[in-house]
Amino acid sequence: MNSRDYQQIDPQALPTPAHSPLPHPADRRQEPRTPRRKWEVFPGKNRFFCDGRIMMARGCGVFPLTVGLILVTSTLFFIFDCPFLVKHLTRCIPAIGGVLFVFVLITLFQTSFTDPGILPRATPDEAADVERQIDDTGNTSYRPPPRTKEVLINQQVIKLKYCFTCKMFRPPRTSHCSLCDNCVERFDHHCPWVGNCVGKRNYRFFYTFIVSLSFLTAFIFGCVTTHLALRAQGGKGLVFALQESPVELAICFFSVWSILGLSGFHTYLVASNLTTNEDIKGSWSGKSGDGVTNPYSQKNIFINCCSVLCAPMPPSLIDRRGFLPPNESAQTSDADIEPPRLNHKNEMNVVGASLHLVLIVTLTNLK
Amino acid sequence: MFLARVFINLPNVLLFQTHSLQDLQQPAVSSKVFIQRDYSSGTICKFQTKFPSELESRLDKQQFEETMQTLNNLYAEAEKLGGKSYLEGCLACLTAYTIFLCMETHYEKVLKKIARYIKDQNEKIYAPRGLLLTDPIERGLRVVEITIFEDRTISSGR
Repeated sequence: MNSRDYQQIDPQALPTPAHSPLPHPADRRQEPRTPRRKWEVFPGKNRFFCDGRIMMARGCGVFPLTVGLILVTSTLFFIFDCPFLVKHLTRCIPAIGGVLFVFVLITLFQTSFTDPGILPRATPDEAADVERQIDDTGNTSYRPPPRTKEVLINQQVIKLKYCFTCKMFRPPRTSHCSLCDNCVERFDHHCPWVGNCVGKRNYRFFYTFIVSLSFLTAFIFGCVTTHLALRAQGGKGLVFALQESPVELAICFFSVWSILGLSGFHTYLVASNLTTNEDIKGSWSGKSGDGVTNPYSQKNIFINCCSVLCAPMPPSLIDRRGFLPPNESAQTSDADIEPPRLNHKNEMNVVGASLHLVLIVTLTNLK
Repeated sequence: MFLARVFINLPNVLLFQTHSLQDLQQPAVSSKVFIQRDYSSGTICKFQTKFPSELESRLDKQQFEETMQTLNNLYAEAEKLGGKSYLEGCLACLTAYTIFLCMETHYEKVLKKIARYIKDQNEKIYAPRGLLLTDPIERGLRVVEITIFEDRTISSGR
């Protein structure tokens, strides 16, 4: 039987005796269902804005405080210090300050609003396949089994852990963030200051943010100090000058040391291709045994920096703005006829339907 | 004329009469095979090339290995560290990464190439054998999913 001899028949036009009559079936099928996007049914604890274009952790942490501090300090700088310094020093000061300020804000928003490298959870078929493999090769001496898999990376034995939430073996350097309830690739840490996890995709934004922020705070601190020094020289004394800009000075003084320290720490991490998570746990420091070195490091500072900061930008794996397939978005059981997806299915529809028609025609002619 | 047609068609008609139209429209998936990632070279995207036993009856080992090797090479090209990626990275850094909002990254270009390659392989090699390769990007680059469809050839009436 060859389907090519028959014409395509619309399956929805055919009588289907297998269906039981539904209450108002015609109304339900004709009702237009607005297609839902995948971010609306995302299982992790994240918040989405602008129809899935922007994402953050559910609890924003102290992100508003971060933005507030930067805005307040910079505004005070532009209002109080710039006019004086432009008059007494140079016009470049507000220009440099402005560039640094814009740079800091852009990188902060990119760190906060970008997908850090979240791994989508395993589909039910995948999870069943993994379970089957664990049962086949599982170690019966452990109950319940710790569920680890060992792989060899650059002659180092790495243990991959099974994630019970995401139902998959975590790739190397991936960790499950309990605050966001997601597995994140190359997980660094969850930063409350930016209100998001820092992982593979947004680490370069985070690093650029803290480096530019340390430049900005150091710059403002320097300008404020110069301003005070010049005013104190002017004759009224240091104490009087201090009274004029206490807030700015306080914020800058305390943040300069902490931000500079953080930048220095992350520069060390970038140069040795480590994550904060690995450094804190001491995964490669040799505590657990001899000869344990970082298998991901290229043994060259320059190459490490380039591979962390200048590698091609990986894509987002969670496809936030994609549309859900129609049968997944429907809450009720699938009573609609699915549009045929493959060619051989079309052939079968056509053959079956046509043979029914042939039978009906021949039987009526026989009468 | 009619009687002849009835006698020729009757066996086929009876055969198909047992299937309701609903069954014929559903995809006849018999099983799915998952090719896992190969982490022996680190965290780069690479899939195992070991031939799964479930596909032995449908596909040549050599064809499968060729498909997987080409996929691995394409992913390696996407993640390659070279002069071009460094330039892209430095330029992006200078513009505070705003160029990522405007232009397509190197990785995304290669992903499109991979999608075209998988579609091509499905049309030429896998679909005629009742198999379907799913693009790994739809599974978060965790697995290559191969769906095995039931072998319901229509020629059973002859």
